[in-house]
Parts: sequence; structure tokens; C-alpha cells
Amino acid sequence: MPKLEQTQTSLAISKPLEEINGEKAKIPVKKYRDPQHLHPVTNAIISLLLGILAITCVFPFIYVIIISFTSEESIVRNGFELFPKEWSMDAYRYLWSMKDSLFRSYGVTILITILGTVISVFMITFYAYAISRPQFKYRRFFTFFAFFTMLFSGGLVPTYIVVTQFLDLKNTIWALILPLAMNAFYIIIMRTFFIKSVSESILESARMDGASEWRIFFQIIFPLSLPGIATIALFSTLGYWNDWFTALLYIDDPHLVPLQSLLMKIEANLEFMRQNMDISIMQQSLFDTIPQESAKMAMVVIATLPIAVSYPFFQKYFIKGLTIGGVKE
Amino acid sequence: MVLPGTIWLLLFSYLPMFGQVLAFKKFRIDPDGFFASVINSEWVGLDNFKYLFSTNDAWIITRNTILYNLVFIVVGLVAAVATAILLSELINKRLSKVYQTSILFPHFISWVIGSYFVFTFLSSEHGMLNNILGWFHIDPISWYNESKYWPFILVFMSLWKGVGYGSIVYLASIVGIDRTYYEAAMIDGASKWKQIKHVTLPMLKPLMIILTIMNIGRIFNSDFGLFYQVPRDSGALYPVTNVIDTFVYRGLMNLGDIGMSTAAGLYQSAVGFTLVIITNYIVRKIDEESALF
Repeated sequence: MPKLEQTQTSLAISKPLEEINGEKAKIPVKKYRDPQHLHPVTNAIISLLLGILAITCVFPFIYVIIISFTSEESIVRNGFELFPKEWSMDAYRYLWSMKDSLFRSYGVTILITILGTVISVFMITFYAYAISRPQFKYRRFFTFFAFFTMLFSGGLVPTYIVVTQFLDLKNTIWALILPLAMNAFYIIIMRTFFIKSVSESILESARMDGASEWRIFFQIIFPLSLPGIATIALFSTLGYWNDWFTALLYIDDPHLVPLQSLLMKIEANLEFMRQNMDISIMQQSLFDTIPQESAKMAMVVIATLPIAVSYPFFQKYFIKGLTIGGVKE
Repeated sequence: MVLPGTIWLLLFSYLPMFGQVLAFKKFRIDPDGFFASVINSEWVGLDNFKYLFSTNDAWIITRNTILYNLVFIVVGLVAAVATAILLSELINKRLSKVYQTSILFPHFISWVIGSYFVFTFLSSEHGMLNNILGWFHIDPISWYNESKYWPFILVFMSLWKGVGYGSIVYLASIVGIDRTYYEAAMIDGASKWKQIKHVTLPMLKPLMIILTIMNIGRIFNSDFGLFYQVPRDSGALYPVTNVIDTFVYRGLMNLGDIGMSTAAGLYQSAVGFTLVIITNYIVRKIDEESALF
């Protein structure tokens, strides 16, 4: 029974992909045997090997989902099981009782993801566009200025001191946004992309028509470079969504804890979520035993679900993005 | 247009570089603000470094960082190339896409989530591995206290997260290989295995060399999340899980020893910088096109 569920989940993951590749996938080969193809037995063995690898990669997530629906008693008695004897929604009900802090963390994560992505896309594309234009007099200097940060880093401690002492960002939302906003690597990728995809003649003609540099950028460059920009946006969205490190460094205030960091804090004990909350003892007693383990796993599910759901859609762009960015000209 | 980016680079990259001088100072907060704190802190010369290298830690973290990275580079390369070749040879292309999708999935999962995934297997009370051991009447193992297993666990997890990304990079390159090479090889009677050995692998060689050399250049940096989150910051495991990055972090946040952790950070940056320059120089010698700069 649960095995069936597994295949269903993986089908659900793969379905949109098949649709995307549907046209290409339907044409092929089955009718005749291309001599270039593998022997069927070899093919079956390879399929099996890769299948095991593929399952290893997604299995833990499915396992966590199962645990989150296991009753706490069952966990205490039998451990984490693939086929639990007793299913239960307690974990999710329990999390619902702490929805305030859960939603706040979700809110923080969504806010930093959106704001951060917008900020970083603009900063990176501005910078990359400027250093991609041959008319820009100081482009060599600014290219090196960005590139050098890839070679030599300031190190954790000085960065920490700058952010906390000089910029005074500790326990502000900006501490979660700004340190991740730029990345020399993305600048270089975007620069290459601009050089490749934007021809000088289009700019020439726009200039002849009297368009200002800003207008050229927003009305010509931006639409032309959308695939590259989408890639950068995707990278940085994922970066912000998955970030816990900056929160670990700069955030103590429980109101500003993003989702990933909340997950870290409940690792030792779930009660962190109750801080600064008025939970009546009544509510507590709704549960005979607090579903400690399953509730943590339910949190993992809730935090991963947005990625797991949107993943089949964006992974195509991600793979494309991997291949656009030859670092060198 | 470069202004916002330049300001950011100045604040978040160049100011910290300047802050590296703290490695030679005894940091003291000055009421007049950041610059005063840095400038007025007392010079102590190489004391921080002497202190750092007098402890056993310096040796352990350097050894761990380098050894783990070497293993990751070798195992990661082999696994990624092998997976990419297998994916490219599958007859059913739709199945191949499904596999790619699953294999890449861990890449998008943070190490916080990854550490929960590991926990479901290794938890000493409820974990799957101890349950399985129980069926064979083997005593449960307290995984998070037994350092001898962790080198394998960490390598496995690094592969788990990284193989998808690596294989797709190589797969993109394999797809780009001109089919006529294979046709010519077949006319000459080359078996599939020979085709892989004499066409695919040589065609991938430049990419393999470049990526490996870039990785060697970063051999002093490690994936903080892997070494901090996955072992759940377990003290018993420090001898095999402590790397330079985690050492610097703990020095700063747990001990508050700014001088020594800055020194360790500068040690990392400086050696890393040197390695990148050297490896790039070597790449230049071999193949100028592939050099980073």
C-alpha cells in the first residue's frame, strides 16, 4: 500500500516534466532498434542502477512525510517506520496550535526571498550590464573589482564585525537580505550573458532614435536578457529561501527567525516555538503526549513543500541556466 | 549603474578584507565606532597565529578540510561522470528525464533539512538504521557519538547532494558531442564500452580537468552546512567533523575569541588565494582557453 503511494508521489513529481518534454519524448525510437542503442539487458541494469540512485535522492523526503503522519506512540514504541501501524494527524494539529510563530517565520522567509531577489537581480544586472559594455571606460577596473572578491574573501569574522558593529544590522531584516544580495560569480555569469546576447547594433539604433541609457536598459536589454535574468533570479530565490547561515549569525530576535532557522532551533526542542506566545494550558492538554518527533518532521515537510511542489517547473530553467554561464567570454 | 554594486562590494567584501588586520591585533570595541575599534585595537603581531598553531586544532582542522575535500573531489568526479554517461545511454529518454529530476532534487534542499533527513536514519532511539540492526539483534549504535562512522556519512551526504548537479553539468557536455564521432567509431566496430572509453571520456576530459582544478583551488573552503548541520554540532564528533569554517564560526560565536578566529580565517583566505593563483597558472600552461583569468 505505501509502496503504491511512493510511486504516486514520484509520478506527481515527474508529471509536469513529461508534459514539458512531451513533444520530444513521444517521437522516439521504440519502433526500430537503433544499433547505437544498448543491449536491452544492459539497458535494464542501467535503468535499475539509476533508479536506485534516483530513489535514494528523493526517498528521505518521502520518509519524512510518512513519519510526520505517524502517531507519537507508534514512534516511541517502534521508531520511525516506513509502514507505521498507527497513522495520525496530531503533528499537524499540534503545529496548528502554534500557527502564530509558524506563520511569522513563513512571512519572514517570504519577505526576504521576494525583497532579496528583487534587490539582488537589480544590483547584479546593473553592474554586469555596465561592465559588459565596451563604451564604459572603467570596465576593466570594475570587472577586476568584482572578480577579486572571488579570489580573496574577507573572512567570516571581519564580515561579522562589519555587519554588526559598523552597519549595525544585527536583528534587523536587512541582515538577512543584504549579505546575500551580491555575488561576484553571478555578476560574471550575467556579464558573459550580456556580451553574448545583446548585440551592439541594437543599442546603436536605439541610441540613434534618442533613447536614454535607462530606457535602453529597461525596454531593450531587460526583455532581451530575460532568460539570463530569470536564471539569476532563480538562483537567488533559492539562496534566500534556503538560507539559515545569516540568520544563525545575525538574528537572535524570535520575531525575525526565518523558516530554515526555526527548523534549526526546534532541533533540540520544540518549545522554542512557544516563546513569546500565550498558549493556554487548555490547549496543551489537547494532546496526551506532545508529538515531539512527528511535529518536527511535519515542520520539515511544511518548509520543504514549496520547493518540492515548484521544483518540477523550475528545474528545467535551472538546467538551462547551468549551461548558459560559461564564465569566460 | 555600477554604483549600488560598488557600494555593496565595498561594504561587504572590501571592508572585511581590511578588517583582516584584526588577525594581528587584539580586538577591543571602541566607543567611537567601527573604524576606531579596528584602528585602536592593540597590535599583537603574530600572537594570534602563534596561539592558533600551538593548539592541536590547527592541525586537525587543516587535515580534515583538505582530506575531506580531496575525497569529495575524486569521488564526486567519478560519480558525476559515471552518472552522466549512464543517463546519456538510457534508451528511454523520458525515464532519463525523470531520473535527472530526482537526482537533482537534493541540490535544492538546505542542509538544515538535510540534517533532519539524516536524523531519520541515524537517530539512536527511533532511527531506521538502529531499527534494522534491531532485527538482527545487534545493539543500537549511538551514531551521533561515534566518530568512526562519520567520514563515510559525510562523504555519502556530500555525494547525495552533489551528484545530481555534477552529472547534469557533464550530461550537458555529452549531449553536445558530435554524433558523427560515435558513428565513425561504430563503423570501425567499436563496442559501446569502447565508444565510451575512446570518444565520450576524452571529449569530457577538458571539462573534468577544469572543474577539478577549480575545486582544488577551493580545497581550503568547505561546505559549512555539511559539517555543522549534518552532525548536529555534536561535540563528540569534532575530531572528524571540525573543518576550518566550523572552527572559525565556533571561535567567533561560542568562544568570542575574535583574534584567533580572524587569524584562522585569514590563514584560510590566504592559502586559498595562493592555491587559486597556482592552479590557474597550471591551467594556463596546459590550456590557455580554459584558464579562469
